[in-house]
Amino acid sequence: MADKVITEDDFVNELENGMTIGIGGWGSRRKPMSLVRAIIRSGVTDLTIVSYGGPEIGLLSATGQLKKAIYGFVSLDSIPLEPHFRIARQNGTIEAVEFDEGAFYLGLLAASHRVPFYPTRAGLGSDMMAMNPELRTIVSPYPGPDGGEGETLVAIPAFDIDLSIIHMNRADAGGNGQFLGPDLYFDDLFAMGAKRTFMSCEKVVPTENFLNEGSVHTLKIPRIFVDGVIEAPMGAHFTECLPDYSRDEAFQKMYALTAKDKELWDVFNDKYLQAGSHEEYLAAVDSWEQGT
Amino acid sequence: MKRADICVAAIADCFRGEADILCNPIGISPIIGGRLAKATFSPDVVMTDAVSVLATNPLPLNDPSAERTVEAYAPYRTIFDIVWSGRRHVMMGATQIDQYGNQNIAAIGDYKKPKAQLLGLRGSPGNLINHRTSYWVPNHSQRSFVSEVDIVSGPGYDRMRILGQPDNRFHDVHRVVSNLGVFDFETPENRMRIRSIHPGIEMSEVIENTSFELIIPADVVQTRIPDEEELRIMDIIDPTGMRYQEVRGA
Repeated sequence: MADKVITEDDFVNELENGMTIGIGGWGSRRKPMSLVRAIIRSGVTDLTIVSYGGPEIGLLSATGQLKKAIYGFVSLDSIPLEPHFRIARQNGTIEAVEFDEGAFYLGLLAASHRVPFYPTRAGLGSDMMAMNPELRTIVSPYPGPDGGEGETLVAIPAFDIDLSIIHMNRADAGGNGQFLGPDLYFDDLFAMGAKRTFMSCEKVVPTENFLNEGSVHTLKIPRIFVDGVIEAPMGAHFTECLPDYSRDEAFQKMYALTAKDKELWDVFNDKYLQAGSHEEYLAAVDSWEQGT
Repeated sequence: MKRADICVAAIADCFRGEADILCNPIGISPIIGGRLAKATFSPDVVMTDAVSVLATNPLPLNDPSAERTVEAYAPYRTIFDIVWSGRRHVMMGATQIDQYGNQNIAAIGDYKKPKAQLLGLRGSPGNLINHRTSYWVPNHSQRSFVSEVDIVSGPGYDRMRILGQPDNRFHDVHRVVSNLGVFDFETPENRMRIRSIHPGIEMSEVIENTSFELIIPADVVQTRIPDEEELRIMDIIDPTGMRYQEVRGA
């Protein structure tokens, strides 16, 4: 089994301007935040982000690196609307491609299965169609199982993702990933549906230890879909990564306030986002927490 | 007994007679009302713990440490599957709602560059086209009950008439509960009708706070008052009285 463990710098070398990046997790839950900060530090621009959006979309809007966001929602969970995303939308500084939450799943699934689209009813009659004029409908060639004859369905196109990043609780050096929290979200599809996938994890463990960590049902990321593994303890901070840690609500609140105050944002950017490494970031968070 | 208690009972009544569906209320009063319905007259619906499992016992709001009797695993992917299966009745909020039940939670103004970005479409488009939906509007006013919504996140009956059969066959906007009354669409053109008015509220107050013309039945009844047992269960689900923050007034 090839060793896929790499450093954050190796990961940064994979990045290019104009890329479409898929980001796993859900809202402010199990987001690969150390890799998001690596993207910020790298300075790549004109990015398209595909995600069940959380702070990554707000952060990359605020740093000016985000050109286009493709999302099912953008939320911090305990703060229902991502504050930097709100500002970016209201100022018109990012392009937004918004899908129904379930329809978004089908864009990932289509990408994973290499089909051009998956059909759904979601969107019919709503302004999702007007908001996305490139969306097409199809007429079913079959009668529906529940009586519909020749019905119209929305064709959700496969997302075209250059590179995905996901964060797992555990991984082995070969690139197998394990989630130990309440929900995998759609991370397997982000891995499967992208040309390349990089996975951070709380801890790299020997393969034979996986079943001591959790049941076989938690082993949902097979290494055939993973190109690199980056060990990053607390790598999802400030988002939650259960059962390893909950969301850092105080830090998230502090982050949210930076959307209202340019000076606070500059300090936050300098202290946390431009920290030279994940270790330096964690040290900065520690000293903040001791100061509060 | 306060108005918030009456609203919660009215929300619970939206799920009366239902069984073998996911009762999926979103928001403070809706969750209390849904859990109340399940704990009393609709025991055969299933409900989530708002994280990832279906739990049989009436859970207190926002208490992650509360003991759960887990009956099934329901991560988000399973929730979408249930949406598409149709075995679900969702109750959502609406920043704006119009006479045909079109809902807006997406944004105010033009979606390309909104005056105010709201939550977004979220799951509304898929919910409305797949299964029964009800709405909860805790601040009934001309700003929430509008003549036209800025963006249609959840389509109403006029949009469904245009869409036509068979595409619209699972659409079902069931009830709208506000802090003033309960409304339905059981009228010839599926326009919003007053179903009941909460005790202590005048008809004129409802009319003045609605931007469109409501259909008023010959006999307008009062919303029912919850009984002692229901109030006791509400306090178990909402021990800190969050419902009184959402709906004020005696």
